[in-house]
Amino acid sequence: MRAPLSWIRDYVDLPADLTADELAHRLTMLGLKLEALERPGHDMTGPLVLGRVLEFVEEPQSNGKTIRWCQVDVADANGTGEPQGIVCGALNFAVGDLVVVILPGGVLPGGFEISARKTYGHVSAGMICSARELELGEDHDGIMVLPPDAGEPGDDAFGVLPLRDEVIEFEINPDRAYALSLRGVAREAALEYAVHGDGATYHDPADRPVPEPNAEGYPVVVDDLEGCPVFVARRVTGLDPQAPTPLWMARRIQLAGMRPISLAVDITNYVMLEMGHPIHGYDAARLAGPIRVRRATEGEHLTTLDDADRVLSAEDLVVCDDSGPIGLGGVMGGATTEMSETTTDVLVEVASWDPVSMFRTGRRHKLTSEAGKRNERGVDPTIPEAAADRVVELLVAHGGGIAHPGVTKVGRAPAPRTITIDVDLPARISGIEIAAETTVSSLEAVGCEVAVEGDRLTATVPPWRTDLTDPYDLVEEVVRIVGYDRVPSVLPPAPAGRGLTRDQRLRRRVGRTLAGAGYVEVLSFPFVGVDDLDRLGLDAADERRTVLTLANPLSSEQPSMTTTLLPGLLETAARNAGRGQADVALFETATVTLPHEAGPAPILPVDRRPSEGEFADLDKALPAQPLHLGLVVAGERERSGWWGPGRAAGWQDAVGAVREVARALGVEVEVRAVTRAPWHPGRCAEVRAGDVLLGHAGELHPKVCRAYGVPARTAAAEVDLDALLRLAVDVTPAPSFSSYPVAREDVALVVASTVTAAEVEQALRDGAGDLLESVRLFDVYEGDQAGEGRKSLAFRLRFRAPDRTLTVEETSAARDAAVAVAAERCGAVQRA
Amino acid sequence: MSGPNSDYDPVEVTPLKAEEVEAMREAALAAIAAAADLDQLKEVRLAHAGDRSPLALANREIGALPPQARKEAGQRVGQARGAVNQALAARTEVLEAEHEERMLVEETVDVTLPVDRLPRGSRHPITTGSELIADVFVAMGWEVAEGPVVEAEWLNFDALNLGADHPARTMQDTFWTEPADHHVVLRTHTSPVQARTMLTRTPPIYVVCPGRVFRTDEYDATHSPMFHQVEGLVVDEGITMAHLKGSLDHFATAMFGEGIDTRFRPSYFPFTEPSAEVDLRCFVCRGVAGEVETCRTCRGEGWIEWGGCGVVNPRVLTACGIDPERYTGFAFGMGIDRTLMFRHGITDLRDIFEGDVRFAAAFGTEI
Ligand SMILES: [Zn+2]
Repeated sequence: MRAPLSWIRDYVDLPADLTADELAHRLTMLGLKLEALERPGHDMTGPLVLGRVLEFVEEPQSNGKTIRWCQVDVADANGTGEPQGIVCGALNFAVGDLVVVILPGGVLPGGFEISARKTYGHVSAGMICSARELELGEDHDGIMVLPPDAGEPGDDAFGVLPLRDEVIEFEINPDRAYALSLRGVAREAALEYAVHGDGATYHDPADRPVPEPNAEGYPVVVDDLEGCPVFVARRVTGLDPQAPTPLWMARRIQLAGMRPISLAVDITNYVMLEMGHPIHGYDAARLAGPIRVRRATEGEHLTTLDDADRVLSAEDLVVCDDSGPIGLGGVMGGATTEMSETTTDVLVEVASWDPVSMFRTGRRHKLTSEAGKRNERGVDPTIPEAAADRVVELLVAHGGGIAHPGVTKVGRAPAPRTITIDVDLPARISGIEIAAETTVSSLEAVGCEVAVEGDRLTATVPPWRTDLTDPYDLVEEVVRIVGYDRVPSVLPPAPAGRGLTRDQRLRRRVGRTLAGAGYVEVLSFPFVGVDDLDRLGLDAADERRTVLTLANPLSSEQPSMTTTLLPGLLETAARNAGRGQADVALFETATVTLPHEAGPAPILPVDRRPSEGEFADLDKALPAQPLHLGLVVAGERERSGWWGPGRAAGWQDAVGAVREVARALGVEVEVRAVTRAPWHPGRCAEVRAGDVLLGHAGELHPKVCRAYGVPARTAAAEVDLDALLRLAVDVTPAPSFSSYPVAREDVALVVASTVTAAEVEQALRDGAGDLLESVRLFDVYEGDQAGEGRKSLAFRLRFRAPDRTLTVEETSAARDAAVAVAAERCGAVQRA
Repeated sequence: MSGPNSDYDPVEVTPLKAEEVEAMREAALAAIAAAADLDQLKEVRLAHAGDRSPLALANREIGALPPQARKEAGQRVGQARGAVNQALAARTEVLEAEHEERMLVEETVDVTLPVDRLPRGSRHPITTGSELIADVFVAMGWEVAEGPVVEAEWLNFDALNLGADHPARTMQDTFWTEPADHHVVLRTHTSPVQARTMLTRTPPIYVVCPGRVFRTDEYDATHSPMFHQVEGLVVDEGITMAHLKGSLDHFATAMFGEGIDTRFRPSYFPFTEPSAEVDLRCFVCRGVAGEVETCRTCRGEGWIEWGGCGVVNPRVLTACGIDPERYTGFAFGMGIDRTLMFRHGITDLRDIFEGDVRFAAAFGTEI
């Protein structure tokens, strides 16, 4: 809501020295938030005066333009009293017209300084201004010609024209619909000065005598009084369709953020801004028979005045005449009865509409309008007659019309609402000490009538406060008037908490582990598209292609919720590579969305708690959203330097990182080779813990690296972190270890290349018996000496007994037993 | 250097004369003193104190002497050997010290050489910032609540007094999932976590809910379709706006330092009544005259818009199964991204989501 300060002052006697800044600040603290403060015209300086065109000579120019060399009387404003010679490019004025002249030394908006200058063969000593140059409107077809009685030559234009003002733009919350009007803003200003200042008298623009309804009014029938509880119609005939909108009115409409159009339309808008009640004007000559308000028939058509053909729903409220619908009630008028430049007979409609119906119709037809915005939030149902009367007054005064004696009124405003609360409720909820009298006077200040009975009070809500429905609404009114700044600061007495949950603690551990291992955490948007999944090389049946799609995605390229963290991570790696950072190790923990066949989520009642079954139904409708850990490592994992060459990232980094995380959580994982996109078919590890599949890690398929633009041999992993966290060890049992000497045995085993290290290691473990303390692979050799298609794996076995020093014989026997199992299971041959 | 006494013949042994033993001793001590390094000293030790050194041989000869001569000769040889061993030990100590001294000089390295073989990892400031915030509240006895991102419409809106026909629904531009009549959305705030908490616990409830939320905002320097919120919820007997103010003041102080408090302005949220916007006292200029005017953090206001809050609307308590006659509550919510943006001077929101490693790396592992 944009409110010019001069307009606010029409309804409230604010202190003369009050600045717009201060008023805006004080109203912000009261609940009308300052959005912006503008000072139109304040960057314009004189001499800017009225002038009368004494004579001019038209001079055609070689460029095809015609200019006028004018002599303009500006009286003594130029210091000489002689006519001012000015070149003017406009042709829309005549000798004797009163115009606005800026003399040399003046400055127009935008810092445009005026000086005498030579142009078209004359010295032009100033400029005749257009409305646009003065920022009084959009009109730039010609200069501004003032009404003959606007003033005298030489008068200071700032005293004649509404050039300067201060406009406060408020952000109006949905509950304060009454403040979408000067009436409401002024009321808040008066309230502020009544409560926190010396008082300020408020003049309600809607408080005016109105004629009684009578039988001579335009016939109106309302079929749906719930949808349209009040319908008032007045009529003005004999309008001069050419009558201009007075400058002050056009200026106020413009400053309030709307566009002046024509006198009749401007008046309806002006009164809407003034009182907050939307108004519709019909060209009465184009109406066919009586007006009827009803719900539309499903499929009925209406062309609204934005020339859109709209198919109506049975829920829409329509205004009809004998021709059918002529308007979407309260939202937008129809084209057939629209006022035009030939309209001389106007029917003024001021009607109250059901806000919910307004909201639905506006949304259904994607219509937002100044009228709709007010009607869907709720307007004062007691002022339609006053608003209609004000429109009639202005049409008569400025359009030369005659007020028709007929006054139509159908329905009536609902009885005022009452709310009963404990007198001390505002104090109890706010924590401020508020005396009972203060509570009462605050509610009275916002317009309530208050009756106190014992420790209860009943407030009768003023009709413009359609938002006040609940006891706590009254609390807010009292507290904002007492002052939010008076709320004391007290810590609540929370009971002893249990700290972070197990999962919350473990997730922190995962992040710290990876950061400690050199990984950088990133955040990605969870949106994904078919192309992203194609680039991963997923086949058609891959379960990661089953995505939840958004009805209104921001990008049609990525319309779905992702099932894997890898696309986001790979994009991020590629972005880093593009910025000269190809060597990256990235990780992300985020939920992925795995949809399953599900019914709709119910819309449950809100007047009670849902049953356990209903609550469960909500969750059943939601997709699974497990927390995943994804990581990508590209380029050099270890840098080259003075210590020697670096080490390129590879599958082992991805597998190693997953193992590292599992170790941090105390989870024993096993790894086996599998084939799965987007990994290299020979370099992909499946990570499991027992029969729980945790995820995959390894080097990416070269095609994937190329498709995503990441360095060749980029490695990646993705793990179901929720599954991993479930397996985490909660209480680590303390180890018991022997202090007897250790016995080491190294064995080199030659096996077929296809045999995995994990298999051999497991065989050694199984064969070595209880004396085995640890096994560690320390070398892999695949050269000639191992033989074609074979490799040599060197393990160090450590043996120790809990109760004695092992003999050489015991150690050798254990080693031989281990090797024997490896030989049996893996075909291992011990190298000499 | 003396060689081994290979042609020694015990039969022809001569009585151990004092001069001879003295000579052996002098020769040994001279050789020890002359040893220039530990290697030379090793050879000297072998020659003059080894098994086949003159003194060792002489010692062996003592047994062949007549008893009356043994004692004297034994003493003489023993003293000589003792003196030699002592000299050896002393010389060893000196030479070892010299050796170490030399090694220390030789082993000098350029300690300014870079040692960044392994890259440095870091966690995202949104993660560590969320943890920092959670810790502030956990320290007060609150708990951290969580919930799904893809959420039921009823929990995201209706349960929070945001029915389908509420004009405020349009304040939050919502991502809907297909099919639209399934009433599933990407949560537009973390408030459904509050609803879930109330539905699954009984008061007293003291929780804080950080998490990612979604709105259909185009992506630019100050808007993002995904961002992060932290909301707090308290439901207990006798809870007032004063407790809300106290909690937020404490939060502000914990995040921005001593003396940084908050200010309330009336506002509107369907789920709270009364509602307020929370402003944070500018932690740079503190609103002090003379500094506030030129402050870029608060743009001369002295206060920074931080979030929204209020008393939980009794309608919300009712929908979530909490008796509004017995309990009152408060709730607040603010943007984590926004909080970190002004706390750390992040000027472009996109830095948070683009994953440039230089961004997160600057924040390290804690914030
Ligand atoms: Zn500041």
